[in-house]
Amino acid sequence: MNLEISRLQLPLSDFPLEVDARLGARITGVFGASGAGKTSLLEVIAGLRQPARGRIVLDDAVLSDAAAGAFLAPERRHIGYVPQDDALFPHLNVRENLRYSHLADRDGHRPEITYEHVVAVLDIDHLAERRVGSLSGGERQRVTFGRAVLASPRLLLLDEPLAGLDAELKERVIPYLLTIREEFGIPMLYVSHNPSEIVALCDEVLLLDHGRCVRRGPCAELFVASAAPHYVLRPD
Amino acid sequence: MSFEVWQVAWFTTWVAAAGTLLILPPGIALGWLLARKHWRGKILVETIVTLPLVMPPVATGLVLLKLLGRRGLLGRWIESLFGVEIVFTWRAVVIATAVMSFPLLVRTARLALEGVNPRFEQVARTLGAGPWRVFWTITLPLAARGLVAGAVLAFARALGEFGATIMVAGFIPGRTATLALSIYHLVQLSRDDEAWGLLAISITLAFGALWLSETLLRKKTP
Repeated sequence: MNLEISRLQLPLSDFPLEVDARLGARITGVFGASGAGKTSLLEVIAGLRQPARGRIVLDDAVLSDAAAGAFLAPERRHIGYVPQDDALFPHLNVRENLRYSHLADRDGHRPEITYEHVVAVLDIDHLAERRVGSLSGGERQRVTFGRAVLASPRLLLLDEPLAGLDAELKERVIPYLLTIREEFGIPMLYVSHNPSEIVALCDEVLLLDHGRCVRRGPCAELFVASAAPHYVLRPD
Repeated sequence: MSFEVWQVAWFTTWVAAAGTLLILPPGIALGWLLARKHWRGKILVETIVTLPLVMPPVATGLVLLKLLGRRGLLGRWIESLFGVEIVFTWRAVVIATAVMSFPLLVRTARLALEGVNPRFEQVARTLGAGPWRVFWTITLPLAARGLVAGAVLAFARALGEFGATIMVAGFIPGRTATLALSIYHLVQLSRDDEAWGLLAISITLAFGALWLSETLLRKKTP
């Protein structure tokens, strides 16, 4: 995966989001305080917001190019998006949620990503007929991951997917994300303001502050172990 | 009760239903535009749509009469194109009830559609669904209860329409006589006993429609 974000600019309420970066790691963390622009960055990459300036290219596909007036609709980007509030469709059961992308008649489904394989990997096959309102927090997250994976995305954007879970549940869900990476080879952008999550999952990290990318590098360079199992940002 | 009474009740019910069905697609479409999109002239359109709700119904009726009459802007065009007259026919009753119910439907539809979390629609787009598919599979089902409740409310409003109808359709027994018009006519003729019968039917229909609307609105979205 090669995601090239060139001179991206998106006006936000307090400051503009301005990012210029080339990302290629299997899982890239986007770290920063609340309101730093992390969610906005994911929304721009997913095509849910249109940037004022700049160009975004994923592998050889131009997702948006403000100067050329190009903007690829979200449904044509093949980019999965898992928002903070999971957004499972409440009127559909688990199976219908998981199969939603398959009904979209979209080209580009990878044959190896089958319903049976995904539900087995995420251990959610027994939930198929359940209403989403009856799922526990961990189950909801796994179903959300499964739904995104079944759309065969070229890139998966995860916006603080574990924010609503307690520490014990987080420990149990993180291995599933690592399994998605190993089993399906889907690169991810993982947003969090929790250093321990970033270190556990990501190969490299991009630090956002007030809409700007202020630091970037391998997790070991940016974070230092604190009282185990926690990490803190390494001082400049 | 006499055959005429039931005929009036049936006529009122079906013109109210026809009027509601007529405004359902544009009402939901406009509700969606108001709920989800930002566009120039939005406030102006919203104000114009709401006007029949606050204007005297006879004034709205007068506007309709001037527009739909044989020499009116729309009436002349419709007659030359389809060869049908509008005013003082059942068609005028349907149009009058539709126009008077439209603001209620648009307002309820807007609220119902605003109640759908846009995140669901955004996620559906990233899963490969285009805007139409998102509307049919996500937005509409999630707003369905509110939309049905709005339609029932519009139907209930149409059942009791009087002012605009009398202006544009007149009171023609067997052709344009609705429950509201017939009650007024019977009271004018001091035939109060017959008016009471029609009143009972009016109350039953309106009560049933409003009960259904309230029940639907109180139910939570799944």
